[in-house]
Amino acid sequence: MTLREGLLISSGVVGALLLATVVALILRGRARDKANPLISNLIARIKAWWIMVALLGGALLAGQHAVIVLFALVSFAALREFITLTPTHRADHAAVFTSFFIVLPWQYGLIWVDWYGFFTILIPVYAFLVLPSIAVVFADPKRFLTRTAETQWGLMISVYCISHVPALLTLDVPGYRGRSALLMVFLLLVVQSSDVLQYIWGKLLGRHAIAPAVSPSKTWEGLIGGAICATALGASLWRLTPFRPWQAAGMALVVTTMGFLGGLVMSAIKRDRGVKDWGQLIEGHGGMLDRLDSVAFSAPIFFHLTRYFYAT
Amino acid sequence: MFGQVIAAMTCAGARILTGAQARWVGCAPLDVQRIYFANHTSHLDFVLLWSSLPARLRRKARPVAAKDYWCRGPLRRFAIDRVFRGVLVDRAHFDRDREASPINPMLNALDAGDSLILFPEGSRGPGPKVQPFKSGIFHLAQARLNVELVPVWIQNSYRVMPKGSLFPIPLLCSVTFGKPVRLSEAEQKPDFLARMRDSLAGLESV
Repeated sequence: MTLREGLLISSGVVGALLLATVVALILRGRARDKANPLISNLIARIKAWWIMVALLGGALLAGQHAVIVLFALVSFAALREFITLTPTHRADHAAVFTSFFIVLPWQYGLIWVDWYGFFTILIPVYAFLVLPSIAVVFADPKRFLTRTAETQWGLMISVYCISHVPALLTLDVPGYRGRSALLMVFLLLVVQSSDVLQYIWGKLLGRHAIAPAVSPSKTWEGLIGGAICATALGASLWRLTPFRPWQAAGMALVVTTMGFLGGLVMSAIKRDRGVKDWGQLIEGHGGMLDRLDSVAFSAPIFFHLTRYFYAT
Repeated sequence: MFGQVIAAMTCAGARILTGAQARWVGCAPLDVQRIYFANHTSHLDFVLLWSSLPARLRRKARPVAAKDYWCRGPLRRFAIDRVFRGVLVDRAHFDRDREASPINPMLNALDAGDSLILFPEGSRGPGPKVQPFKSGIFHLAQARLNVELVPVWIQNSYRVMPKGSLFPIPLLCSVTFGKPVRLSEAEQKPDFLARMRDSLAGLESV
């Protein structure tokens, strides 16, 4: 990306965060109840946003390899949360160890060396076959399919799907050389704004829950309001992307929809396990997976649409 | 000095691996003399408990460890003496004669002003269920009535590094500090041990 684009994006993001901070502080100042949990949560969330934006911005400045390392750590935290909520047995110990310390670094190593063919099958093919083979050595057939499936699912969501975010940097789009980091910026801006906008619209107008048994906070009003705004935001960012304005809008709509579905699916898992959040890593937000559920679902689709239609 | 560097690295490692979240539910992290007693399911337990204490308390909290295990080899010896400043006790002679009692090194540590980290089940259990307590903690409580006995529930560590495994896996663990228990006058040993055990087991669902 050029210096001008970098400055444009960072001033936009910093401006939005400043605005949010000011609004939150005014809300707190005007609230009668100083310990209002909604407002203190809002402030904690915004504070966490500042930190996340600073980390990502720092990694982008430091270059592609720093971004890869950052997301490898993100995947580590996400997988740690996922496996914690998964009732693994003693016999899964070696397979889980392999997932964390061999499969995860390997996946990010393949992005590092830009080996697309292997990157895309390491987890769905090799880990899929090798991990149950490791577990079976420990001779515990009880709930074997469930345990194997849960470990594989954890790897797919936390490592495979999330690794498609830094993998965007390796895409080679004609006439877009040296700017592919902007694809990642576009994806993260649209997905995360969509989450925030759905939350705001839901809080303001939300009446009709979409799936109350799964996630009572997700409403049709929130989804529609958030999706329209996030699509408009995506379209307005078209100059940063290799897309035309209507294509950027289409991409943003797809990304928003997948992100919403990701949030819903991951909520169903949490609900089944009887927890509200995946963890407590990010203050105000919950765990890493609470923040990245939407990214995990949208990143691979965005990656492949872009690769199929635009990259060589 | 070298021992302190290793200690800091051990704490950082425990954080990366487990998130080591300390939850002070029944008491505050105050600088008072205490015996922290916890459930024991993994080699990692005392490292986890020890890492989750604030640094100023950690320096004074000494884990009680089995001599037969920790004196095998110079590395273990270095770790328990210099890194963790452990109090070594002889498991084999528990509860025999009071003269050479394994309680003595613990009493000495308490008299020097240190706190203790103790696993009254004696050895590691197979899972989350708390085993019956050994009687050492009763004798300690009896001998030093002013020391607070704080139950500490360590959640999930048996999954991070189960008995018999060589390597840990990363999983979120939490360390919950409960309400201090005191020995009441005329309370008998079995009652006291059962009450202590219940106060610990009760923390699982807090």
